[in-house]
Amino acid sequence: MRKQPNDIDLQIMWNRLVAVVEEQAQTLLRTAFSSIVREAGDLSAGIFDARGRMLAQAVTGTPGHVNSMAESVKHFIAHFGLPNMKPGDAYITNDPWLGTGHLNDFVITTPCFYRGRLIGLFCCTSHLMDIGGIGFGPDGTDVFMEGLYIPFLKLLDAGRVNETLMAMIRANTRQPIDTVGDVYSLAACNDVGCTRLVEMMEEFELETLDLLAEHICAKSRQAVLAEIAGLPKGCWSNSMTTDGFDGPITLRATTTIKPRRYPRRLCRYRCAGAPGHQCPARLHYGLHRVRAWLHRRQ
Amino acid sequence: MPPDAGVGSALGFLAAPAAYELVRSRHMLLSEFDADVADAIVEGLVQDAGAHCGAAAGERPIAVRRSAFMRYAGQGHEIMVALPDRRLLAADVVTFRQAFEREYGRLFARHIPDAEIEIMSWMVLASTESEPPARLAAAPPRAPPPPAGERSIFDARLGRRQVVAVFDRRALLPGTRLEGPALIVEEGTSTYISPSFEVAVDAGEALILSARSKLD
Repeated sequence: MRKQPNDIDLQIMWNRLVAVVEEQAQTLLRTAFSSIVREAGDLSAGIFDARGRMLAQAVTGTPGHVNSMAESVKHFIAHFGLPNMKPGDAYITNDPWLGTGHLNDFVITTPCFYRGRLIGLFCCTSHLMDIGGIGFGPDGTDVFMEGLYIPFLKLLDAGRVNETLMAMIRANTRQPIDTVGDVYSLAACNDVGCTRLVEMMEEFELETLDLLAEHICAKSRQAVLAEIAGLPKGCWSNSMTTDGFDGPITLRATTTIKPRRYPRRLCRYRCAGAPGHQCPARLHYGLHRVRAWLHRRQ
Repeated sequence: MPPDAGVGSALGFLAAPAAYELVRSRHMLLSEFDADVADAIVEGLVQDAGAHCGAAAGERPIAVRRSAFMRYAGQGHEIMVALPDRRLLAADVVTFRQAFEREYGRLFARHIPDAEIEIMSWMVLASTESEPPARLAAAPPRAPPPPAGERSIFDARLGRRQVVAVFDRRALLPGTRLEGPALIVEEGTSTYISPSFEVAVDAGEALILSARSKLD
């Protein structure tokens, strides 16, 4: 920018980031092989700063994916290290605890460079139709039964596809064409996001996203704290009984809001202990935020 | 901005090219490409679309554009790929793949190497060419009229309000030239000329806005 950006400039650039990640999500939707992605939008897409803070998320997508993806980028940064990241790299995992909840969800993170410098990371996730095993369900007694587990790996190394990994994926799914196609689709949508971000950097004459990132995080934090402060103080409980598998399962949740004390977690769950009925903490975390949002809307 | 843009839009509709578009569904895996079947479909569409278009085209020449909707087998969305303007041949299995991958890469950054491609449907557009209207003669330069008033406007670049001269559009005759900031008002709308732009009124009384060289 020729001058220090004011609040209006920052708001325009913030909206532009939302448009960039929406195009990222639409690319994923348009190129997906997985029917649950292209028909139901079971995906998420977003842009992150070098500290792993999510700056914008696509409107298209599901809250469970968005919030778990938001945490996963920090794990990608911790695992690969920013100084080791190169243009053309892309990293992948389907770790249920560090990614987005079950093995069918592939998460791909792509560092984005401008004038030789890392300016941010694009991340996306989508639900693939088959990753071997019996899938996520009550019949599985452990995660190894559920399918192929992909630890943090390089999918692209400076533009070169990891053919060994692709061969492993192809050999471990009942739908090799679709599964490999979806991996390409995930990588492609991050590339589209990066291209659009670079155009934005040129148009607004930005060198880094640092100032915009601070603005977005400060304003978002302020807005969330104001929303929470406006909630009625007190303690609420509810429970819901579902059919379950071997027998009915009762889910209970309690929310406590105390004056001037912002709870780190808004809800506490009590879940059944049988294998395959569990939900990774990562997804709980995503759903906590959904609950908070729903609560506010009510 | 032409004068009375709404009326101009209606007139433009009358001047639009005569066109007819036909799409026919016929699934074909590229690995099982049958040039004779493909050519018969496309040629049939060319004949039909050309006949419909000809009914409205009168003496104007008709141009034909052929395309196909293609995707990787297993995907849910197709992209439109231009086809060659000639009889389709067995060797087109290669040109179709190249054209698809080029368009796919342009839209989605990255194509999938060696994946199976399928054609879902075929399209032909028959259309007359629309000629751009003749250029207007340059209007001789004219001094701007006195402003009709002034108004306080927020300038996002400066980050503060500033007082801007207001001009009545009817008083701006061909050849008038103004530098932003300025506000041009008429009954239907207002046109804000920001400080980054200048405006000239052409012989057809359209406002021509041009970006000034970079400001600092």
